[in-house]
Amino acid sequence: MPKTLTYLEAISEGLREEMRRDGTVFLLGEDIGTYGGAFKVTKGFTEEFGQDRVIDTVLAEAAIVGAATGAAIAGMRPVAEMQFADFVTNGFNQLVNITAKYHYRNFIPVPLVVRLPSGGGIHGGPFHSTNPEAWFFHTPGLKIVAPSTPYDAKGLIKSAIRDPNPVLYFEHKYLYRHAKAEVPDDEYLVPIGKADVKRGGSDIAVITYGTGVHWALEAAETVAKEGVEVEVVDLRSLMPFDKEAILTSVKKTGKVLILHEDTLTGGIGGEIAAFISENAFEYLDAPIKRVASPDTPVPYAPTLEEYFLPNTKKVLEALRKLATY
Amino acid sequence: MSKVEVVMPQLGESLTEGTIIKWHKKPGDKVKKDETLLEISTDKVDSEIPSPASGVVTSLLFEEQKTVAVRTVIAEIDTDESAAVVSESPKPAAAAPSREAPKPAAQVMKPASSVQQAPMPQPAPAAGRFYSPLVLNIAREEGISMSELERLPGSGEGGRVSKKDILAYVDRKKTGAPETAQPPMPAMAPSLPSGPPAPRIESTLKHIDTGDLAKKYPSPQYEILQMSNLIQKMADHMVRSKQTSPHVYEVHEVDMTRVDAVRRRNAETFEKREGFKLTYMPFICDAVVNALKQYPIVNSQIEADKIIVKKFVNLGIAVATENGLIVPVIKNADEKNFTGLARAVNDLAVRARSKRLSLADIEGGSFTITNYGGFGAMIGTPIINQPQVAILGIGTIKKRPVVINDAIAIRSISYFTLSFDHRIVDGALGGSFLSSVVHQLEEIDEKRVV
Repeated sequence: MPKTLTYLEAISEGLREEMRRDGTVFLLGEDIGTYGGAFKVTKGFTEEFGQDRVIDTVLAEAAIVGAATGAAIAGMRPVAEMQFADFVTNGFNQLVNITAKYHYRNFIPVPLVVRLPSGGGIHGGPFHSTNPEAWFFHTPGLKIVAPSTPYDAKGLIKSAIRDPNPVLYFEHKYLYRHAKAEVPDDEYLVPIGKADVKRGGSDIAVITYGTGVHWALEAAETVAKEGVEVEVVDLRSLMPFDKEAILTSVKKTGKVLILHEDTLTGGIGGEIAAFISENAFEYLDAPIKRVASPDTPVPYAPTLEEYFLPNTKKVLEALRKLATY
Repeated sequence: MSKVEVVMPQLGESLTEGTIIKWHKKPGDKVKKDETLLEISTDKVDSEIPSPASGVVTSLLFEEQKTVAVRTVIAEIDTDESAAVVSESPKPAAAAPSREAPKPAAQVMKPASSVQQAPMPQPAPAAGRFYSPLVLNIAREEGISMSELERLPGSGEGGRVSKKDILAYVDRKKTGAPETAQPPMPAMAPSLPSGPPAPRIESTLKHIDTGDLAKKYPSPQYEILQMSNLIQKMADHMVRSKQTSPHVYEVHEVDMTRVDAVRRRNAETFEKREGFKLTYMPFICDAVVNALKQYPIVNSQIEADKIIVKKFVNLGIAVATENGLIVPVIKNADEKNFTGLARAVNDLAVRARSKRLSLADIEGGSFTITNYGGFGAMIGTPIINQPQVAILGIGTIKKRPVVINDAIAIRSISYFTLSFDHRIVDGALGGSFLSSVVHQLEEIDEKRVV
């Protein structure tokens, strides 16, 4: 019997299943134990798995990432939580210089997962709303996933834990309780590196991930009534990203909109656009368009934040422009 | 009454005006789509402008010899009588007028006060319309020529042909439904060098519908291809040239051994310095420029009973591209040194093959060289590129046994053909000119550093 889970519950369930399955899996982070985590992802975990496997840490991300990396090198499968993805900057050196390069230098795998609650739309302001995936996208040695649905959230956290490489798991805070869907009872995994076409269409391909998937699907419904069929490609994995799926959709449609909540310049969309123009130039019937947040910090005031973030309306405008190009 | 406005087309990117040379129709005349409506002249090219639609000419807004800004409405055609021919296409792209274009009163032969200010409206869909990579890709795969593409009305932004438009066209073609193609954009037409007008001859090519032909030449035994604009122009130009100039050919043997030695000795340093390979071509160009200075009549053209001698050498170099033959021109070749010529030859060849030549690159030639030797030909008889009076053909360079001082030697030999217009160039002049070219190449200083 499939049951309906929120995105947050799906992550919890995935974590729990993996901890039950594999005794080397353990969690560490700020307030994740007794308090159950800032967003309650790990609520009840201490009771089931004990304080040894659900470790409350000091407020020091460098220490969290460093300790988790050491444990992973020693053969454990740690899942480290950043309370907010924004705070990962404090662990940046550990991640980028140690974790990412360790296997390259020493031939020892680092099967670490870092969970990063990211994104805006929750009136969190400039320190609690960012989407810092692009920094790590540029770092060879790290895998990055960013699910958009409860199904993918559960399947990807399980795959991330089982992956022998360090995996950054970007979980979107807005989706925590807004995204709800049925999730199968039987165990399943979502493979890392595989995109998912969330909606088929022949006129325009929207390549996106995370919250963008929901905006794109909503906008696609509207333009469908205007006779424009939009294909929505949910990347799910950002590194490695699914090149084959991208090329297939580009060749099918000839028009591309790349959509992400992260700010525009230096965002992942730029790399996807370059990849498309290098590999599918002759299939393009329009310039590659991007919709993303403007290049500013995330504003605190709700009205400004609303203005700042991409949304269904902005996606609609871009789709209509592409359709009539 | 549905009215189609005819505008002064833009025949080159930098052109802002054109002069109406001759109206082929009077107000009240019937005109067929694609039939010549008028002739215009610009400082770059002369062109016959086809009517964008069938109908009745209701007004001609400028007199002959008037110079008019591009995109200005110059005539109006009432298409009611033949609405079927114009079909549903909203407005022929060639006639897409700018709304802001000054509209002179609908009076016949309004004396226009010299040049009108060129309005700068939306990019005219007609001139140099953009095609997306995908559209060009589909056109290639479906065998749709550029001229067909140019006639296709677009539903995209600014009249752009979108994926849907071209796929619908492909569909219509396959099912044999009537096409809504439009007359070709005059802007794309002129691709062969021009100069002051050569004697005008009716185009040898008449348009014919594929439908009629398909019965006569049924598929799959036959395949009917649309001639591209470039090929049509070439066809016309070749016929015109042969009808204009009595061609005479002289062939000289050229010992290229010394040139080859110089080329080989300099090849490596040259390529390192310039970034491209040193070929025979700049040596030949150099010799030709010198010979033209020596025999200026070979660098001239005929206008009525006068000979127009050019005080500059604009050297055309025939280049084979995947779309056909094109003759880019090295401007003021007589002002360039050897390296300058080599760079110019390389630059034009590279740009010709990558389709980056502008109209300015292919016009105004005063003499042409064609190097068919690259395709293995030993001797050719090239056709003069009008309105020039001679063309030099280069045969393949091959090692042959030759007699020098009563001994047999192995030398690199080529055969050069000079085709010349015997109206003004006789055998003595042609022979002297070619001898000068040959002499320079054979006697080149073997120690020369290039």
